[in-house]
Amino acid sequence: MLEYGTRVVAGVTPGKLGERVDRVPVYDSVRQAITEHAEINASIIFVPAAYTSDAVYEAIDSGIKLVVTITEHVPVQDSLQFINYARDKGVTVIGPNCPGLISPSESKVGIMPGHIFSKGDIGMVSRSGTLTYEIAWVLTRAGLGQSTAVGIGGDPIIGRDVLEVVDMFENDPGTRAIVIIGEIGGDAEERLAARIRQKGMRKPMVSFIAGRQAPAGKRMGHAGAIISMGAGTADSKIEALESAGVGVAQLPSDIPTLIKNALASK
Amino acid sequence: MVILFYIHRPRPRKRFFGMKIHEYQARELFRNEGIPLPSGSLCGTPEEAKRSAEEIGKPVVVKAQILVAGRGKAGGVKMAQNPSEAYEIAKNLLGAVIKGIRVDSVLVVEAVKSQKELYLGFTVDRARRKIALIASSEGGIDLEELARTKPEKIFRREINPIIGLHHFEARDAAFSIGLSEKNANEFTSICLKIYNIFKSIDADLVESNPLAISSTTGSLVALDARITLDDNAMFRHPEYKQMDEELAPLEREAQQQGLAFVQLDGDIGIIGNGAGLVMATLDVVAYFGGKPANFLDMGGGSRADDVHKAVKICLEQQNLKAVFVNILGGITKCDEVAIGLVRALSESKVKVPFTVRMVGTNEEQGRKILAEYKIEYLDSMETAAQSVVKLAHEARS
Repeated sequence: MLEYGTRVVAGVTPGKLGERVDRVPVYDSVRQAITEHAEINASIIFVPAAYTSDAVYEAIDSGIKLVVTITEHVPVQDSLQFINYARDKGVTVIGPNCPGLISPSESKVGIMPGHIFSKGDIGMVSRSGTLTYEIAWVLTRAGLGQSTAVGIGGDPIIGRDVLEVVDMFENDPGTRAIVIIGEIGGDAEERLAARIRQKGMRKPMVSFIAGRQAPAGKRMGHAGAIISMGAGTADSKIEALESAGVGVAQLPSDIPTLIKNALASK
Repeated sequence: MVILFYIHRPRPRKRFFGMKIHEYQARELFRNEGIPLPSGSLCGTPEEAKRSAEEIGKPVVVKAQILVAGRGKAGGVKMAQNPSEAYEIAKNLLGAVIKGIRVDSVLVVEAVKSQKELYLGFTVDRARRKIALIASSEGGIDLEELARTKPEKIFRREINPIIGLHHFEARDAAFSIGLSEKNANEFTSICLKIYNIFKSIDADLVESNPLAISSTTGSLVALDARITLDDNAMFRHPEYKQMDEELAPLEREAQQQGLAFVQLDGDIGIIGNGAGLVMATLDVVAYFGGKPANFLDMGGGSRADDVHKAVKICLEQQNLKAVFVNILGGITKCDEVAIGLVRALSESKVKVPFTVRMVGTNEEQGRKILAEYKIEYLDSMETAAQSVVKLAHEARS
């Protein structure tokens, strides 16, 4: 993140006060860090799953308004509690189980390989980490830079979902088109499609859905990626999105063409 | 953006896999909360089943304790009118294989006649990020089935996980499904108890279906108890850590090693980092006419050792014609992957052609290592997928 130009000003690891990581000072608590660096406005959390909720509450109660939670395997009941608490306090939580977010050439609060991304006007929202990189790589090679890429996380309970991030992109003057990277499980893509059918979309949207080959009942890595009782299949998502006018790519390399066509027809 | 990072010392990576727990375990949790249940006990031999039926002194139901769906339809649940029938049924069930799983124990419980069967359950509502209380006056059938045929018969209410379930919410459910005052009071109490279990055991789902009104007493009794635990919370409930009986032997081995591995029926091995990318890899291979043999996600931040283990598990599969390793490094470093890959391949006696695609963090260092060992690598997932499909095709003919 430092390499990418993000101003990382402080770290917190209880018991490590006074140490430095890549020249960044480490503190015992978030409150201590904020006292020393009043300009802090975001926190990124890497603590193990069992301690994640504690770290999120500490960030929220210290007044930080953006909390990016990278940690994987956070218990769902913990996420349910801290995500609802954050919403009540007006705090944005991204994740858990996510790669974070990046606005190419500006800032990165995440773990993605920065050199794959390039600056531009395509917004990306994704439930998967490495698949986001894959598609950013394809876009960058096709000359389509990105405004911001948000990895919302692969868990069943996440702080910001596809619909909310799509809303933010629709209101973002720097974004001209939106790429939605979905996968099997849950019904977020179907809900997005239903909303588009009802209210329309202001910006062209293109999607890629992973998991066409996934068998029912098996959890495919992500806790959220499971087809249960026939719901949440790739087919149901693809059908829903296509019927709402969102182009769905069969291959990642089809995405640039779909975007260019969608932009041309707007 | 000015940010703060928050990090603890790294700990050894550990993964737990929770899941459905047995009916007898769920009953135990119900009993500890004081939820009324038909009397009964867990039996490991036909003699125990007979004794249990004698103690109950009424017709009983003998239920195979296996963790598969549709056990009733597969012959795993049977009525016995008397102890000697219970003995015979238990004798037939114990040791029998139902849906591929051996029955080691049976639950013998009183057969309660019911005047009405209800549904009551709690689960996680993904879309609203709340806990869902679900109730119905039409229990005894699958909830999904009911949702399809009579959605108007399902009562649903969001519970705020911070303030928890309150009496009025439970009462609202009870009256909405048309219970009399007496049953509504019982229902409210059971509702709060099931919610407590849901929270304290870190469940994804707790349900009683059917929750019945007994014809003899007119009171509510939980004829079935079903609980699914959250995989990620198993560290808080190690006593429920058990192997998923539905897994294939190799899947079990992979699970013990902390790898997300699912066997499929093709002949191209797939290894990658990140669930979404691996799923997409399967799709792209299939798009170009290949048949994936498996899904194997090494997860984020894999070290050489993890890669080594993953390749070894993958190569244990029979009938592999080719293997596709697809890496897009974020926190996973390409040089670590290359080291693990080189080690696994030099040790392996299985001669299967490999296609490697590697991009991302430390890709230069990784590629140098692969080049030294004359392992070819590609840039693009789709080119690599076409190449592996071709290799598999050649190996088949």
